[in-house]
Amino acid sequence: MNQKTGYVDSSSQRIKVAVHKFSSCDGCQLAFLNMGEPLLGLSQLVDIRHFAEAGMVDELAPVDVAFVEGSVSTTADVDRIQEIRNSCEILITIGACANSGGIQALRNYSSVENWSKAIYARPEYIDSLAEVSPISAHVRVDFELWGCPVSTRQITNVLRSLVRGVPPVRETDKICQECKRQNIVCVMVAKGEPCMGPVTRTGCGALCPSIGRDCYACDGPATDINTDALAQHFHDLGLGAGEIARRFAFINNASEEFRLAAEKWRDDE
Amino acid sequence: MNTDIAFLPRERLQDLLTSLQGEGFRCVGPVEKDGAIVFSDISSINELPVGVTDRQSPGHYRLNHTEDKRYFAWANGPQALKPMLFRSRELLWTCEKDETGKLVFKVAEPEIEPKAVIGVRSCDLAALHLQDKHFLQSDYKDPYYLARRQKLFLVAVNCTHPASTCFCASTGDGPRASYGFDLALTELSDGFIVEAHSDPGMEQIQKLALEDADTDQIIEAEELLHNAKAVQTREIPGGNLYEQLFSRLEHPQWDDVASRCLACGNCTAVCPTCFCHNQHDVPDLNGDSSGHYREWDSCFSVEHSYIHGLQVRDDIRSRYRQWLTHKLGSWHLQYGRSGCVGCGRCISWCPVGIDITKEVVAVCEDGIL
Repeated sequence: MNQKTGYVDSSSQRIKVAVHKFSSCDGCQLAFLNMGEPLLGLSQLVDIRHFAEAGMVDELAPVDVAFVEGSVSTTADVDRIQEIRNSCEILITIGACANSGGIQALRNYSSVENWSKAIYARPEYIDSLAEVSPISAHVRVDFELWGCPVSTRQITNVLRSLVRGVPPVRETDKICQECKRQNIVCVMVAKGEPCMGPVTRTGCGALCPSIGRDCYACDGPATDINTDALAQHFHDLGLGAGEIARRFAFINNASEEFRLAAEKWRDDE
Repeated sequence: MNTDIAFLPRERLQDLLTSLQGEGFRCVGPVEKDGAIVFSDISSINELPVGVTDRQSPGHYRLNHTEDKRYFAWANGPQALKPMLFRSRELLWTCEKDETGKLVFKVAEPEIEPKAVIGVRSCDLAALHLQDKHFLQSDYKDPYYLARRQKLFLVAVNCTHPASTCFCASTGDGPRASYGFDLALTELSDGFIVEAHSDPGMEQIQKLALEDADTDQIIEAEELLHNAKAVQTREIPGGNLYEQLFSRLEHPQWDDVASRCLACGNCTAVCPTCFCHNQHDVPDLNGDSSGHYREWDSCFSVEHSYIHGLQVRDDIRSRYRQWLTHKLGSWHLQYGRSGCVGCGRCISWCPVGIDITKEVVAVCEDGIL
């Protein structure tokens, strides 16, 4: 690790990597495991010290790069993320949960106590924070990979850059750009679907529009978006206030831009 | 054939396709796909959108199916020639390590087949001419664009069905194709008026042994084209708008449009003259080789105006203003004419229906026009 540049010094030995999990479905970790044959090549370039889903367990081993999946939901999580931050040089969050709370952050709109009582026979055993929060609410995050789940392509890109000692490329384009590059017919203009593409960051390769359905914003907010204009357009397409709020309050509901848009339209309901 | 205006009966359109195929052309034409007219490889005229018409308005595009037997009774869909020549993503060169570890650079040489495109509208021919000016400038010809351009045979179709979003008559780019094609068809009720505009085009007419068009047929075509001009309701102010636009860079209309604009870049992607792109490298995981790619970019994207340590246009207002002032103003300085050919795509395919013809008038509203 080069302290001056903040990036891994590729001239030294293999970079040491850990893959951690918080509250999440494990799907983002599969982006590593689903790599197939390149995973063998990857294992020659990096030294995986901790990756419970793949069988290596050494949670607080000092590493160059820690990938973190999932959101912070319990008091134990709060301490653990601090320890992980202290044991790595570069912390990279992967997926909607780690970056913006994920689907479980929808409980922030309600009371965790009421939920626990309604669901569990012995709610006193449940140790949940009042609110689910993204990793960046607790520690410094050096790089974010967005997606639900992230893809092997994204993981490979970032590792390739780190191994070679260059900053990873940030994907900031909106889905619309990727749709047009692939010659996909716009589902909003040609079918009136309430597509989230104009406010959503690309990374998935416009997966949903490529099969004729509207984007539902897995990859979270793009940079410099106009949620007001899109929400107004959804309204013009015939969506009710609650439906509009739910378009934004979904997988990335705890991201600042989507949360504000959802609150604006929930208030109108 | 004695005159240069021939007639092709409807049932012989396949003969033209077969003839082009026989000369080794890969044929591309309009087809209906995912609710729109798009250009795609075709092997038979049965794949053409018979009786399909369209309804377009700001942010809105729908197809209708009618009993009409015409193949070209629609206005342009989202794309035509641009993606065929200026590819949305193109490998420019690769770099590999040889056995000594030395880097070896190789220019990517895509296999390019001769391509015949059937159904190109006059607005897209005007746009092609502008893209030629951009990509084939004197000493800096783009070899990828050039290679595809040289192998193109263009069958224009004079536009008899403009959409409500079309305004080619006001930019002077339609509805009749007047340059830049090999053959031009005008679709009548029972066939096509055929005109050649190049030697290869004339050869096709001779090969098909077409009869001369008669006076009634020529009059029918003229009436259709006259009507296609007359029904256009949108227009854009003519002439060079550079002074008008650049003297109004602080006009409040820019804030107004910014409040509606999604900065999604759909307008630039569907615009047949927009040419902006970015370039990036895709190395393989082990670092032994790398590909250098060019892909479509947009002046609406965040990274587009980033220069070292600074984002020049850091809000939607300045990005929309850049697009419109360039397209209708500074394009004149670069290429001697406006960058708008009146195809109306940016109006139909803007998800929120922002209308360039209305925005430019609103900005220039104080009577200088």
